[in-house]
Amino acid sequence: MGANVQGQTNGKLKIGMYWASSCGGCDISLLEIGPRILELIQIADVVLWPCVADFKYRDVADYPDGYMDVCFYNGGIRSSEQEEIARLLRQKCKTLIGYGACAVGGGIPALANFKSRAEIYDVVYHQNPTIDNRERVEPEPLHEVPQGELELPEFYPAVLRLKDVVPVDYEIPGCPPQADRVWESIQAVVSGAVPSRNAAVRVGCFDKTVCDECSREKKLVKIKAFRRHHQFRPEPDWCLLEQGILCMGPATRSGCGALCLKADVACEGCYGPPANAEDQGTCMVGALGALLDAPTEDRAREMVAEIADPTGTFYRFSLSSSFMKLAK
Amino acid sequence: MTTAHTKTSEGYRRISIDPVTRLEGHGKIDIFLDAEGNVAECYFQVPELRGFEKFCEGRPVEELPRITPRICGVCPEAHHMASAKACDAVYGAELPLTAKLLRELQYNIFYVTDHTTHFYALGGPDFVMGPKSDPALRNIIGVIGKVGLQIGGEVIKCRSWGHEAAAIFGGKPVNPVNAIPGGVSKPLKAEERSRLEEICRFMVGFAQFTLQLLHDVVLSNKEYLDLILNGPYCHRTYSMGLVDEKNRTNFYDGKVRVVDPDGKELCKYSPSEYVQHIAERVEPWSYLKVPYLKQVGWKGFVDGKESGVYRATPQSRLNVADGLNSPLAQAAYEEYFETLTGDRSGKKPVHHTLAIHWARVIELLNAAERSLELVRHPEITHPENYRVVCEKTPNEGVGIVEAPRGTLTHHYVTDERGIVKKANLIVGTTNNHAAICMSIKQAAQGLITKGVEVTEGVLNMVEMAFRAYDPCFGCATHSLPGQMPLTVRVRDVDGTVLSERSRD
Repeated sequence: MGANVQGQTNGKLKIGMYWASSCGGCDISLLEIGPRILELIQIADVVLWPCVADFKYRDVADYPDGYMDVCFYNGGIRSSEQEEIARLLRQKCKTLIGYGACAVGGGIPALANFKSRAEIYDVVYHQNPTIDNRERVEPEPLHEVPQGELELPEFYPAVLRLKDVVPVDYEIPGCPPQADRVWESIQAVVSGAVPSRNAAVRVGCFDKTVCDECSREKKLVKIKAFRRHHQFRPEPDWCLLEQGILCMGPATRSGCGALCLKADVACEGCYGPPANAEDQGTCMVGALGALLDAPTEDRAREMVAEIADPTGTFYRFSLSSSFMKLAK
Repeated sequence: MTTAHTKTSEGYRRISIDPVTRLEGHGKIDIFLDAEGNVAECYFQVPELRGFEKFCEGRPVEELPRITPRICGVCPEAHHMASAKACDAVYGAELPLTAKLLRELQYNIFYVTDHTTHFYALGGPDFVMGPKSDPALRNIIGVIGKVGLQIGGEVIKCRSWGHEAAAIFGGKPVNPVNAIPGGVSKPLKAEERSRLEEICRFMVGFAQFTLQLLHDVVLSNKEYLDLILNGPYCHRTYSMGLVDEKNRTNFYDGKVRVVDPDGKELCKYSPSEYVQHIAERVEPWSYLKVPYLKQVGWKGFVDGKESGVYRATPQSRLNVADGLNSPLAQAAYEEYFETLTGDRSGKKPVHHTLAIHWARVIELLNAAERSLELVRHPEITHPENYRVVCEKTPNEGVGIVEAPRGTLTHHYVTDERGIVKKANLIVGTTNNHAAICMSIKQAAQGLITKGVEVTEGVLNMVEMAFRAYDPCFGCATHSLPGQMPLTVRVRDVDGTVLSERSRD
């Protein structure tokens, strides 16, 4: 048991961080706030953080309801266990924050939402060239061994957002969220300076788009054709979208500081749709409508058909939020 | 979570460790005790699947170096580089020298940062605080509280400078975006190079310091040395790692070499040949696959020369290498083998699981020295040779790097437009899956016997078997309880101070 925590009233806040269908990058990003984390641990005790501390599910289950002041939850919901833990944490914390692109919109793992469970299992456990599985074994929710049953969580048909399974107070977008925004969010939430709760209010971002944060020159020329980065050398310091590289900047919420663009690489949209929009792909299609050098509708259609992977480009981080249908 | 209704057979008692902690990712351990109180069986389960291999299909292949780092946000550079190398192969792109140097430099600096966090936040707490110490303090915060602010400050500096370097190359400190098929997206400017050299110089000193700390805290402690050498933590398996043309360890490029438990070479293969050497099994009780060496065959979760179980860890890499490519690390390599096998040439492999922590620190020094060498290369800032344009028709390619946690293989097949038709990924920790299951069981059987009280500390020592392999991130290295005066002020939107707390 996390000894010095339960029941102790040392006046400090109790905080937790949990990872679901995620990669650990969010956990790293929380630490990226750097020396400011020193300030955080002066006012807060960590009472759950599997990546760095030895608190177990049993410990959390033993906490009184509402014991944690703030709990960050990163990752989407892909399994019954992740949903179960989300419910448990909702019960044990006062403020629940969806942290990072996966919790907010499904993130990269939600790209699997167009594939069925059977299709995924078929490739992962049967078709890959290194597979040795003549008995066609697959992971089973309940597997019997001589000593008893072994249980695996159910693999859901699709990745859900945190707010699809429990009420969420705030959301911090980004893959991963950038340090300054994370720190501002923590301060705002702790001080009660953000408006309402229980409504998945987005914090840790600004109200414009990545284009507004990007320092590359916009020559206000229209896109003549779409091109792929490895096939030519784009001019430095000039807007990549105007050069024909699909950059999600116009349809992506600001807050990151346009860091990818600083490495001469297009925005991939990890901060999700702009303020007051839910469907990022629709935003991007709208933006492109005004940017294409297409005198006729046919030409516009041709140009759009050249886009190699519209779904994976327009909804790379937000497929769980999109209006599009899921695979069954 | 194991639910209350999950059946345990009569005559057995189940102890669950759920979730396993201080690692990257999810896992659960179920230990079954017989009526006597001895360990009858032990299972390590990975309760998660995301299906990257399926949903990479249909994506433009050049996007995979940005998509696959989300497999692991703790070591995203490893996937970024393996993926970019697979893309190079898909397009038949020959990289110019500068492009190779830049990628290898970025990768070695990442290794320093990554191994630092693992040593101080993952392995460190168990040794510095003690395996059975208070779990609430058995973490990086406790460690720094104990060793002091000065050491802690160096750890923080190494990590934050490492991330500064990552951002110089890749834009973002986490999830880099700069490696593209044919090279990298931008050249290195002279002023950026100077700053990187300063960072690399610091890292070499920091790595030497860390090796000394390991000697002082762990190896000089008789109890710990006894635990490493004689505790229930040893398996004689095959070893795997990437080597250069002189059979020296290389993290970024080379051939995969495998040696048997006695140190004799089993095979040395190029990335494109991996399918001939590795096969993967599926177990009904875990979402994670179980690779083994095809040539040797699968004999179950057992060690020895007849079993295809292999390990791909820092220790395995030292076992397969004839030496290291930098002087200080080479000296440390010789000392390692002399101490553990009596033969400083490194021809006899080491099999002590907990000694992987030591091997990791030697690699930390190797990566730092190699970074300093690369950053001083006269071609590193060439303004043009940072990439080539890919012009050939894409089809198929394999890319391999050594991730900190093991040999990482990305294999893609595309159509003629470069759209992915098939993807196969064998990631670092997956290589070690069988060995991890075995090590956990071995530790449980050695530590939990009739009459032993199963305390939290004992269970943590079972988890130590796992941690030696999968250095979590523990990047809480930033959290530093120390001696400096601190004040935190909570303000409202207008900047008015609502409350203020200070440390005494």
